[in-house]
Amino acid sequence: MGDRLHTFNGGIHPEGHKAESSATPIRDMALLPRYVVPLRQHIGTPARPLVQAGDKVLRGQPIGAAEGYVSTAVHAPTSGTVIAVEPRAVPHPSGLFDLAVAIESDGEDRAVDFTPLDWRNLDPSALRNRIRDLGLAGLGGAVFPSYIKLNPGAQSIHTLIVNGAECEPWITCDDRLMRERAAETLQGVAIMAHALGVKTVLVGIEDNKPEALAAMAAAAPAGVEVVAVPTRYPGGGGKQLTYTLTGVETPTGGRSTDVGIQVFNVGTAYSLYRAAMLGEPLLSRVVTVTGHVARPGNFETRIGTPLADLLTAAGGANPGAVGEIIGGPMMGFDLMDLAAPVTKAVNCLIVKDPVHFPPRPAPLPCIRCGACARSCPADLQPFEMYWFSRAKDFGKAQSYNLFDCIECGCCAYVCPSHIPLVDFFRFAKSEIWEREQEKRASDQARQRHEFKEFRLEREKQEKAEKFAKAAEKQKEAAAAGPAAAPADPEAEKKKAILQAALERAAKAKEGVTPKNTDHLPPRVEREIAEIDARREQVVGKEGGEG
Amino acid sequence: MLSAILVMAAIGLVLGGILGWASVSYRVEEDPLVEKIDAVLPQTQCGQCGYPGCKPYAEAIAKGEAEINKCPPGGLEGIKRMAELLGVEPPAAEGMEPKPKSIAVIDENTCIGCTLCIQSCPVDAIIGAAKQMHTIIADQCTGCELCLPPCPVDCIAMVVVKEDVTTWKWRYPVHMMKRAA
Ligand code: SF4
Ligand code: SF4
Repeated sequence: MGDRLHTFNGGIHPEGHKAESSATPIRDMALLPRYVVPLRQHIGTPARPLVQAGDKVLRGQPIGAAEGYVSTAVHAPTSGTVIAVEPRAVPHPSGLFDLAVAIESDGEDRAVDFTPLDWRNLDPSALRNRIRDLGLAGLGGAVFPSYIKLNPGAQSIHTLIVNGAECEPWITCDDRLMRERAAETLQGVAIMAHALGVKTVLVGIEDNKPEALAAMAAAAPAGVEVVAVPTRYPGGGGKQLTYTLTGVETPTGGRSTDVGIQVFNVGTAYSLYRAAMLGEPLLSRVVTVTGHVARPGNFETRIGTPLADLLTAAGGANPGAVGEIIGGPMMGFDLMDLAAPVTKAVNCLIVKDPVHFPPRPAPLPCIRCGACARSCPADLQPFEMYWFSRAKDFGKAQSYNLFDCIECGCCAYVCPSHIPLVDFFRFAKSEIWEREQEKRASDQARQRHEFKEFRLEREKQEKAEKFAKAAEKQKEAAAAGPAAAPADPEAEKKKAILQAALERAAKAKEGVTPKNTDHLPPRVEREIAEIDARREQVVGKEGGEG
Repeated sequence: MLSAILVMAAIGLVLGGILGWASVSYRVEEDPLVEKIDAVLPQTQCGQCGYPGCKPYAEAIAKGEAEINKCPPGGLEGIKRMAELLGVEPPAAEGMEPKPKSIAVIDENTCIGCTLCIQSCPVDAIIGAAKQMHTIIADQCTGCELCLPPCPVDCIAMVVVKEDVTTWKWRYPVHMMKRAA
């Protein structure tokens, strides 16, 4: 399959800057006095905290549990004491804080017992649940919980693609990983293939990484094909790599699983190896530190390592640095706070210098040259999407398939007018998401309002009925004659049933009045439970009636 | 407590059933225009438009009895969308910038458990029973402020919803605004 590669449209050839960090082996970091582990490190619902300040933890102990379906666990990176569970700086473009567990190490780095998984014999769903509880998420940047992706589900998956393309400039963590840990990574791949039940496994690696290609090819077992793909950004995009290797296009608005293909990053495969063979949760990952630093390279970094400490491990920033980027220069974002920790999503820290990262020139009007459209790997028309996003005409922007944009930045890279196109697309996308969110909220409010009206109306009717019945009874009692034959037995029976129902309702009412806590999502139910707990505290015994 | 939960759950099920049955068998022939207009309104149910809720206002608009610029929570954006829906020119709208999204919060130590706020809440977002502390379910509060006036001890306050990493939005690229011709 690999001998006939396909060429996706668009793409660019930015300077690679790989050599800066790829020459030296992956380095370990010394144990730090403090770690900060955010509970939201993956796509989906953040993990639910399992510890509180003062708790003692061991390395590998779960400190956050998967909450809901799209979620996964997080674990303590070392042994020590939880000093806080509170909002902390996180690597996010907003610079906002998010809930995290701060741990002070005791210096002993004691671990819980890890039990390897019997992955060949384990029931598939049990295996997936274990993987969820070991905190695995996609390390390529999307951090989607891996256990979900390992479910072949309804769509039958026939091909597994392992993404070692690493197309973004400056980043070399996957390159080093494949060079140094090819056999382990491929064992992880074997477990993936087993879980998905696939026959075809393709490992795509860009041809600017000959050492990684050689190492992986040498370690690849039969049935796993390691393929060199041409170096062209964004060749490591899921859809692009899928097309290059198989010629199969992912439908608009769809995923590669829709066409029977599942894509995993090599880093994820390696962490799956550790999870299955050693029983170890996702505790660390390889992170590239490069750019304007004294000793650039790759580091085996525990999740929760403050980025400032990671930078120190690389010798610190050189004089004249002008800020840091998380991720690559094309798709990454400016870091707001070096106190933010490494998370599962962080693959690279670039320190900027003014030569390689000059300030963006002031943009000029769009001349509709079409360069952006020619460079777009998703076959979009960026200038149209830009036009409507700028005018805040989001419906129109969406009609140009805005949501197929992978934010690769090719269009902005080639634009002769230096228009920050991707900024506009991100802006438009988040506006559209907010509107959808509002729409859902208002639909819910409408339903609840209608239900309240219905409830009030029904209560009124019930009351009226009760009065009427009471009046009737009185009348009957007054005119009670033995001759009064039971009118209609059918009606009589109905009346009795109704009466019983009313009595039951009245009895139930004595206990509790509100009826507005049904059909609630788990989040709200949890909130109510918390409120109840607080109420218990405030009201104390005296309010604790059943 | 457990029995209370069970009773509530039972009541919930019964009411849910009734509601489902009622919505099927008492389905009123809705005016599609009213429904479309109602869909554009924010469903805050605050009554600031002068009607007792979003639906009545939608009906008034459909009948041509009301202007479309009477809904402050909808703001300029809402007026624009309404004008688009009805194919009219958006009317002048002063002071229609919506307030930042807020929700009501009950000071749980002051609440006397009078249930007046529960009765005033249009979307049943307040839980609590007589003589028990009441609390507002943040997720369901529309920010209509209708619970503020009835509270005899003034223990409800509107609190602006803070931005977090999930509600944060990418800003409009500012450097372009300066240059925009
Ligand atoms: S490349 Fe820039 S100037 Fe050319 S059409 Fe696209 S947005 Fe306009
Ligand atoms: S950022 Fe979006 S529009 Fe621009 S080239 Fe990439 S996919 Fe196309």
